[in-house]
Amino acid sequence: MNNWIAKVTGQPSFDLKTWILDHIVTILFWAFIILGLLTAQNLTMDGFFTELCNRFYRNIFLILSLIIPVVAGLGLNFGIVVGAIAGQLAVIAVRYWGIAANEQSFGGLTGFMLMILISLPIAVLIGWLTGTLYNKTKGQEMIASLIVGYFGNGVYQFIVLFVIGAVIPVALSHPMILYDGVGIRMSVDMGSVTYSLDKILQIPFVPFMIGASAVILLFLLWNQFLRKPKADGRSTKLNVLAFAVYTVLCAAVMVYFIIQLVTGSVLNKVRDVPVVLMLVVAVLAVFIKWIMNTKLGQDFRSCGMNQTIAEANGINVNRTRVIATIISTVLAAWGMVIYLQNMGTLNTYTAHNNVGYFSVAAILVGGASVDKATIGQSITGCLLFHAMFILSPEIGKALFGQAALGEYFRTFMVYGVIGLSLGLYVWRANKRAQLKMPEEAASDQTVIAG
Amino acid sequence: MNNGILEFINVGKEYSGHAVLKGINMDVRPGEIHALIGENGAGKSTLMNILFGMPVIHETGGFTGEVRIGGENANIMNPRDAMEAGIGMVHQEFMLIPGFTITENIKLNRETTKSSAMSKIFGKRLETLDHEHMAQDARKALDTMGMDIEEYTRVHGLPVGHMQFVEIAREIDKTGIRFLVFDEPTAVLTESETEHLLDAIRKLAAQGIGIIFISHRLDEIIRLSDRVTVLRDGEWVATEETKNITAAEIARLMVGRALTLDRSETERKISDEEILKVNNLLVNMPGEEVKGVTFSVRKGEVLGIGGLAGQGKLGIANGLMGMYPVVGDVEFKGEKIDVSKTDETLKKGIAFLSEDRKGVGLLLTSPIDLNIAFNAMEVQGKFLKKIGPFTFTDTAAIKANAEKMVKDLDIRCTSIAQNAGALSGGNQQKVCVGKALALDPDLLLVSEPTRGIDIGAKKLILDLLKTLAEEQGMTIIMTSSELAELRSICDRVLIICEGKVAGELSPTDSDEVYGMMMSGMTKEEAIKASMNAGGGPND
Amino acid sequence: MTNSIGKAINRIGIPTFAVGLLLLVLLITAGVQGQSIPTLLTDILNRVGMNGLLVLAMVPAIKSGTGPNFALPVGIEGGLMALMICMQFDFSGWFLIFTSLLLSVVLCTILGWLYGKLMNAVKGAEMTIATYSGFSIVAFFNIFWLAIPFSNRKMGWMLGNGLRETIQFKNFNASRIISDLLKIEIAGVAIPFGMMLVFALFCFLVWMFFQSKTGMAIFAGGQNPRFAEASGLNIDRNRVIANIISTILAGIGIIIYSQGYGYAQLYNGPLNMAFPAVAAVLVGGATASKASIPNVLIGVCLFQGLMTTAMPVMNQLFTGTDLSDIMRIIIQNGVILYALTKVKSGGDR
Repeated sequence: MNNWIAKVTGQPSFDLKTWILDHIVTILFWAFIILGLLTAQNLTMDGFFTELCNRFYRNIFLILSLIIPVVAGLGLNFGIVVGAIAGQLAVIAVRYWGIAANEQSFGGLTGFMLMILISLPIAVLIGWLTGTLYNKTKGQEMIASLIVGYFGNGVYQFIVLFVIGAVIPVALSHPMILYDGVGIRMSVDMGSVTYSLDKILQIPFVPFMIGASAVILLFLLWNQFLRKPKADGRSTKLNVLAFAVYTVLCAAVMVYFIIQLVTGSVLNKVRDVPVVLMLVVAVLAVFIKWIMNTKLGQDFRSCGMNQTIAEANGINVNRTRVIATIISTVLAAWGMVIYLQNMGTLNTYTAHNNVGYFSVAAILVGGASVDKATIGQSITGCLLFHAMFILSPEIGKALFGQAALGEYFRTFMVYGVIGLSLGLYVWRANKRAQLKMPEEAASDQTVIAG
Repeated sequence: MNNGILEFINVGKEYSGHAVLKGINMDVRPGEIHALIGENGAGKSTLMNILFGMPVIHETGGFTGEVRIGGENANIMNPRDAMEAGIGMVHQEFMLIPGFTITENIKLNRETTKSSAMSKIFGKRLETLDHEHMAQDARKALDTMGMDIEEYTRVHGLPVGHMQFVEIAREIDKTGIRFLVFDEPTAVLTESETEHLLDAIRKLAAQGIGIIFISHRLDEIIRLSDRVTVLRDGEWVATEETKNITAAEIARLMVGRALTLDRSETERKISDEEILKVNNLLVNMPGEEVKGVTFSVRKGEVLGIGGLAGQGKLGIANGLMGMYPVVGDVEFKGEKIDVSKTDETLKKGIAFLSEDRKGVGLLLTSPIDLNIAFNAMEVQGKFLKKIGPFTFTDTAAIKANAEKMVKDLDIRCTSIAQNAGALSGGNQQKVCVGKALALDPDLLLVSEPTRGIDIGAKKLILDLLKTLAEEQGMTIIMTSSELAELRSICDRVLIICEGKVAGELSPTDSDEVYGMMMSGMTKEEAIKASMNAGGGPND
Repeated sequence: MTNSIGKAINRIGIPTFAVGLLLLVLLITAGVQGQSIPTLLTDILNRVGMNGLLVLAMVPAIKSGTGPNFALPVGIEGGLMALMICMQFDFSGWFLIFTSLLLSVVLCTILGWLYGKLMNAVKGAEMTIATYSGFSIVAFFNIFWLAIPFSNRKMGWMLGNGLRETIQFKNFNASRIISDLLKIEIAGVAIPFGMMLVFALFCFLVWMFFQSKTGMAIFAGGQNPRFAEASGLNIDRNRVIANIISTILAGIGIIIYSQGYGYAQLYNGPLNMAFPAVAAVLVGGATASKASIPNVLIGVCLFQGLMTTAMPVMNQLFTGTDLSDIMRIIIQNGVILYALTKVKSGGDR
């Protein structure tokens, strides 16, 4: 009876057309960025990198908050807007006390940590509510999450514009409160909380890049030559081609930055790297990896792959989905706090509005889709998306003589990317679900059976 | 490993007053392979649902009687209880996640975990997966099956046969598995795969696991099982040692004569003209695939199509109406037609009463008159009036037509403005008949005309069809799961098995022959077997 | 007793009931506050007339089974485009209105056809994709408005290329030309009869269409696709037709809206216009899969009535804060969310 089964080894054959269709958004963005870098006239390399890095530090945490709902089958959670709102409420509260106390006990890092702490229960509550809603709108989670963002915006505005002052008593003379004593002003200054996380430890950009590429290079070598196979016997080794490409690329980056360091080029003027913030992001990445390796993470994946089968095997699908939403909402809240400590000001009534669109567009540009998202895709997506953001006015100016055109163009890119990615995803899913002609179906059967 | 016997004691089940299972007694011993056989609606799946404590049972008032294991009431209220009692099932549709590896599927929701600092604080769900252990367990289960395949292979793209084995491996891996149910496990397998599966089942039984083997393939039952239980119409018919019974006997027990519908032989004019000729029809209707069917119907004839569920009988009419991807040569009134184009087919004069009355047959939230007129209006342009360049519905004509149909077909309704969804099943079916008649068809395809209709109304519907054939000379192709029904009004009955025509029977052929042909035998084999068993072709 | 009240509310529909009740409370409050009720009614009627067609555009889309037309901006941009072209030629008055209406029908037919095709490709996720189609087309037209070399000085910026954000109808002698047609004042309420007639006419046309053979086929396809398939109908083609009609109604609707407003709003003006229209038809008792002309009439009256009344009442109650807009955001999106929870998941597959 042994060995009656032929080993299944079929490697999917490479098809250029499918590959391009799979990566269309990423390809478009690369093309756009290269065009931008070639045509930009008023752009200095250090300016570009400073801006890009800043945007990266600010946004990456928010983008990473999208991963878990995707894995758990909820799709792209545009509802991280309400997470961001939770963060903003915490920021407003802490800043209110901070200013009242002259920053003595609520400023700097203490203030930052307090914001993180206070946003947690708010985000858990909101996450639980939205998660429950997503369970009631199964199959339509994405439009629901979009509308949840709008709805949350309404409730949030009601709170900061009316409840604060009219229901919750506040000091009339407080500089954050509007003149008539009701509502928060248009913008809230982050005061000494600004850069509180960033400035704990900062090291210059070029050496950081050299160090980072060295670490990655070492990891690649260790992975390829020294690492033991995984516990279940699977090898983690890359294939030779991929290994060669990555190693050469990584080495090239390292050499490039060493040259920049030695020649003292403009790149040395790029803003210093906030090491602690990067560490926080690294910790989040490790956390996501870790949780995916727990029973809970496995349940996320099971629910994401097939709810019916997960349910049939006794997994509480609805509860699992709510947990995924809560985690996403909490991470978004924290991401917003990190974003604001880097920005320095909170635009009370608008800061959260585009968080959903921009984060989703970014992760899609990195190659993610409705049912697949990784940390790597978040990072590449964040870089590509924000590079486009910086370059689009330049392109507008260079090609049409109008910077405004570039700005409109980038809005178009944001919505277009989301629309295109989602549209392609659904279209292909529908195509797959379509019933085949009987001969084809029959021939499939014989291939499988034989 | 196993020391209890599984017993069903006087088990019964009603769905809203309608008894689907009556006083079933059956037992499965450890290490025994016990075959369970019966037609559709015989109660097999209800019995298994009871065994597994499925919500569909307990949400509808539970069941009567008792399920005992080792002499004690097993008290199975939900699938989890069944799992804990050591009862497993290998489903007909695979409960596997294609994107997962074999290991992940085998250990689905039973993953081995290691506790960690986080899990001690936040609970068991944050324990990390112990991949090594999981892989070992999976390996062990696969080895039991004699499956030489890497446990970290993804299920996606595995041959169907392999998937079946992964399913079985998952059940074996469950600790303390004592009874294992196989629901039509060989339906999707090739011949060699089937052999391996049967071997594996014997091996499992040898380890002391009690097996319930549900199959429609008589030869498999004869070869594999120790005992066989036959159910019919929700009642226990017989339990026999397999070595003491023949395929023909099982077949006769299975079919029986549940409902005697009189067959009144009125002479009808059936012309020699073949109104419909179907050659090598292939239909991809999921779960009812048709894999090459050839037949013809003469004008004025009533042709029956029978067979067990999932064998493809329903696919024929649905394919002819272009409801699913279809190919094949079809000639209607001497003219080739492309059956994939539903509107063409309707225009040529073929009408269809779907087996899914509520899903396909009717607009439930629209009134009766619109339902009746709809097809004739859209397909043939009846009940329309022109106002300038625009075409509008002719409400008066629609109403008049509906009134006439209500009278002719005796549709019981408050008015023709009543929504179709508010009618009883029998009256809904009459509305469907009215809808088809409004088309003035030459050929009527009728699928499961009495499904979900109470006994009294069943007769009315069948009489109606008979009248149509007798008085209007309508040609009818009737597909039904109920043999009695087919035999009461059809001139010939085609039996469909595994997507093909197993043979043609006369309504007067014996029960055994019907039973055996539905189980995959050819007509010659069936007749021979039934002769040997002592039954005649005309009993 | 409470049970029968609950039943009655359920039959009316929770959104309809809640919004109706709120409107009643606001109207009473307005009376108590001494607001001029005739002025309020005048405003309400005016806004009903302006928004009516945009809400009516939901009906064909919902009936065909594509769900509420979240891509309303597609038709709106078509209508604006037609308007801009006619303005470029410096047409004015009724001639401007009629030519732009005609042209918008042509443009919206093309846009609606493309959009309908897209909706057929993304069955099952129509609402999400429609929303982003709407956003994308607005962003696309932003570029277009800025880049188009229209030369009429009444439309351009003082400096530089491109069209202005808002273009005044006054400059074309067409401001409120339909809105003020046949205006009759009864008891202090100015009833815009012309406007009402136009709205009624289109409601009637849509109703008539759904009495026709094609209309019936579209309706059946939306109600029960399997039924329609068994009747030999071409569901995909019917969905395209329905979405063309919806898009045309949006195009005509924005022209009527703009003349009533006195300005054509370009750029991001149309970005969020779909949501109030969707909310209005839902308030009228429609669902994501069922809608009728009465739903439109009730919905647009209640929703616009609420918005119109809320502003002065709220402003008097809580001076200084614009709570009425916040209320609009919450109600509008709350109603849409409520409707989404009623959508059967998985569709018909």
